[in-house]
Amino acid sequence: MLKQALSSRWLWPAVVILGLLLILPPLAPRFYVYTLALIFVTALLTMSLNLVVGYGGLYQFHHGVFYGVGAYTVALMLTKTDLPMWVGFIAGPIMAAFMGLIIGGICVRLTRLYFAMLQISLGSLIWAIVFRWYNFTGGDDGIHGIPKPSILSSLTGSYYFILLVLVACLMVMYLIVRSPFGSTLQAARDNPQRCEAVGVNVRRHQLVAIVIATFFAGVAGVLFVVLERSVFPDLLFWILSLEIFIMCLLGGWFTFTGPMLGAAIMVALRTFVGRYTEYWTLILGGDIDPVDLLPAAGGDGLYPGKVATPGQGSWW
Amino acid sequence: MEVGQGLTLSAVGSQLLVGLSRAMILFIVSAGLSFILGVLRVPNVAHGSLYMIGAFSAYSVVAFFGSSLGFWLALVLAPLVVALISLVAERALFCHLYQREHLMLLLFTFALMLILDDLVKLVWGTEYRSVLAPGIFQGAVSILGSPFPRYNLLLLAAGPLVGIGLWLLVNKTKLGKISRAAAVDREMVGALGINVSWVFAAAFVIGCCLAGLGGALVAPTVSINLGMDHSIIIEAFLIVIIGGLGNMWGALVGSLIFDLTQAFGALLWPQFPIVSPFAAVVIVLLLKPRGLLKSVW
Repeated sequence: MLKQALSSRWLWPAVVILGLLLILPPLAPRFYVYTLALIFVTALLTMSLNLVVGYGGLYQFHHGVFYGVGAYTVALMLTKTDLPMWVGFIAGPIMAAFMGLIIGGICVRLTRLYFAMLQISLGSLIWAIVFRWYNFTGGDDGIHGIPKPSILSSLTGSYYFILLVLVACLMVMYLIVRSPFGSTLQAARDNPQRCEAVGVNVRRHQLVAIVIATFFAGVAGVLFVVLERSVFPDLLFWILSLEIFIMCLLGGWFTFTGPMLGAAIMVALRTFVGRYTEYWTLILGGDIDPVDLLPAAGGDGLYPGKVATPGQGSWW
Repeated sequence: MEVGQGLTLSAVGSQLLVGLSRAMILFIVSAGLSFILGVLRVPNVAHGSLYMIGAFSAYSVVAFFGSSLGFWLALVLAPLVVALISLVAERALFCHLYQREHLMLLLFTFALMLILDDLVKLVWGTEYRSVLAPGIFQGAVSILGSPFPRYNLLLLAAGPLVGIGLWLLVNKTKLGKISRAAAVDREMVGALGINVSWVFAAAFVIGCCLAGLGGALVAPTVSINLGMDHSIIIEAFLIVIIGGLGNMWGALVGSLIFDLTQAFGALLWPQFPIVSPFAAVVIVLLLKPRGLLKSVW
């Protein structure tokens, strides 16, 4: 499998891009470094969502909750306990994955739109609790000024740490997608009945995929805390979940790297257009609509994949 | 307020009435959403933005004509403004997209929501606005010994009126019958020589009108601001799902469940008033995953 990955025609472009990103921080202005780091965090979150949406075919409509749970876990551990910081960094993703196990376990009983809505209501429950539990989570103010280790205190340090974690996570995700488990998951997406018939436990595979994806969402949440040093309830609000879902669709949801592209476009637009006008969403909306209307895009986002098999084409 | 302390008869009664009148607003908005979902099968995320536009339009109309006349005009004009916007959106963009992958329709309506939100920001700015109810609906009446805003009496009447009106439209008019048929099998309806495209446009505009009406009705009870679409749209979607997709009475049942649990949740557990309605939705979905009433499909 490693050999296969190494011989991919994407290997050299990836190495070049990675090299550019590595030498960039001393050369580029601070603001660009920060924006790039934010893109990395969002890209990891979007890629983790794509594991369940693109490869699993599940309507994971409230993925932001797991991002928020990861971020809040690490923030609470760093501010309220004396445990070493790295314990918090590991606890964040584990807590997110645990939440994914609970919520996913409840949701996989249903399918499609009903799955989505059950997840939205469960996620909103958690959001509502975080939003109002002032003594513990800081309520709608959130938690600010979270301490971090000295090597991560500078922006450059955070940048390299985030990039390192992102690359490591992407490799693991790539291996998961290419593994027998990944193939089974995609088969279960394309034809669940047939998979059941040949003895695949579709729901269990979907649940495992959700747990893996929520783990990576938790990693993204930890990286967010590393970058911003603050958490707030909007991380768990459904608008963010919808936004990352849209990034997936925009980039191309049957491809491995498409969601990263979608994340980069949305974050960059928000940051750079947002500097000049507060109406950046107007521009984003005005960009998405023509893309959606273009017949050439085939309705699969900017970056149509080879395995574009929506197949099940219905909400119900 | 400590847990359990507020459980007197008058507190329960007033919470019941407040919950009921809020449920009527949610019913009007989610009935529109449900109608669009039923006929067009489009998950219209921009529905909340249209509700917000309805509320802002009501503000402008009241500011222009004064409180007493303006309010009644707003109830007519705000839905018309929303109808116009939705007609343009449908004819210019939406009608080319019905054959697309469903998730792409979601992407599209999300983009529409972003555009509409920013248009609201352009036209009305970012300040909080408020609308004064007309004179006869100001103040409160005493029910069971606790004050109850008079305006909510109007809401309690408006909900059933809209419900009956929509029922008559769907069941007793030709347009309603065609759109119900189109919801079941749009190709067959087209084969019978009916212009399905315009039926869809009409259904979309009617559904959006209800969002505008809901916005105009809610305007005197809340502060009108830019974020108001975000909470209503998610509530409306959940209500439509637990009630049964496309079922108008399901939207009524769903809004009653949602708002009554919210009202009583606020009474029993004041720290977390917004937790209980979501918990109710989870329970309903676990017991009846396809919604309480029969979905139109």
